[in-house]
Amino acid sequence: MAEGIADEELPAWSLDRAAAAAKPQRSVWPLGDARAWAWGGATGAGVRVCVLDSGVDAGHPQVGPIQGAVAVAPGDDGELAVVPDADGDAYGHGTACAAIIRKLAPDCELHSARVLGGELTGTGPVLLRGLRWAIEQRFDVINLSLSTTKSRFAPELRELTDRAYFGGTILVASAHNMPVASFPWRFSSVLSVGSHAGSDPLEYYVHPDPPVEFVAPGVNLELAWLGGSTIRATGNSFAAPHMAGIAALVMSKHGRLRPFELKTALRAAGTNVSTAA
Amino acid sequence: MLADENGRRALLQGIVELTRAVFAAKACSIMSHDAAAHELVFEAVAGEGAGTLVGRRIPATTGLAGWSLASEEPIAISDVGSDPRFAREVAEQTDFVPTRMSVHPLLYGERSLGVLSVLDQCAGQPVGLADMNVLARIATHAGAVLAIVQAVREAESVLADGGELASIERVLASAPAPQREAALALLAALERLLSE
Repeated sequence: MAEGIADEELPAWSLDRAAAAAKPQRSVWPLGDARAWAWGGATGAGVRVCVLDSGVDAGHPQVGPIQGAVAVAPGDDGELAVVPDADGDAYGHGTACAAIIRKLAPDCELHSARVLGGELTGTGPVLLRGLRWAIEQRFDVINLSLSTTKSRFAPELRELTDRAYFGGTILVASAHNMPVASFPWRFSSVLSVGSHAGSDPLEYYVHPDPPVEFVAPGVNLELAWLGGSTIRATGNSFAAPHMAGIAALVMSKHGRLRPFELKTALRAAGTNVSTAA
Repeated sequence: MLADENGRRALLQGIVELTRAVFAAKACSIMSHDAAAHELVFEAVAGEGAGTLVGRRIPATTGLAGWSLASEEPIAISDVGSDPRFAREVAEQTDFVPTRMSVHPLLYGERSLGVLSVLDQCAGQPVGLADMNVLARIATHAGAVLAIVQAVREAESVLADGGELASIERVLASAPAPQREAALALLAALERLLSE
């Protein structure tokens, strides 16, 4: 029904592929084949990735064994604590994200930190507690397909994302799917991701107009879901783990990179980037 | 129109009727979040379930709606038939099992007030970026309307109980402008304090 919506009317969180191709980006790095250099032959081996979401169903055939699962829950003292989690996935969403990462980087370590589902009803304090824990674990990559609209949490989120940045953890955050102010995807210390409508998991574009920095597949994707099932779904939530998986590949090949180094490598290898543009 | 519950429901009903028509959907609904009961309540339904669902409640953690409410993110599913939990929940409420579903959170300010759901939309075509964009705009509008409806209900409830808050409201209504302004500032500060 919405065929008449012009590209320029689309919100910042998405980017039409034709529009992206029409705005080629220039790379100053003299790489003949940036993609081959960035992740050619890589499998994700040696890279630790954490999915902060609704949990992960490790029994799903598209995910396979995961190396750790925790949940944020109220402790005996009433304070939020991070505890071992055997409940799997509350909704299916975290499993979908984990399967995307596993598909792109099959040999990476996958960990789940559940911050949604069950008694966890909000994206504020629980998200902050889970994110703080994940940063303390010094994961190489954290996938955060969530955000909060509550501005009172923004200062602490900014402090946490800065800590991740300086600690060498790349935090991949999905842009909000609606035109609202939310965090932390707008922070420059994270790698922010919106959607395009392509289906090649390695097809991603450098967004010419940040704060969204990259756009990856997020439209009508076949995804792992609850109980070993699959669904087809659309959302920036699913674009972010594509970039998390690609980030894992790059780190697998080049070692633990600083976030600015990783962003530079990813930019150079973007589908709409060339040295000649 | 906002003065009685029928008018408020008509406002929300107009949104779901319009959304259903725009997306050629079989059904569309608005559910509000009852935080105290931790449930989602059907406020308005167009199409399938229109005659039976309004007023019904489901746990706030239920399926895609629960995820959208908690995460404050929209999601569009093109094939929900393979999600066994979703299919069962819907079947229990309606006799209608959709194959496609879009759910947008109803956000107003920094609050997640409920969800807007569209079932079997776009005449079988997959939901694309442009569709998500249009739904996001409708959901933004619906969130504002739901916020107004809930504010009026809360005000009505406060006035109806005849307690201390109602007395304060009566005094405020007749107070001179400077006192009224100062009292409202005090109440605003109290609200911020209590909502921390």
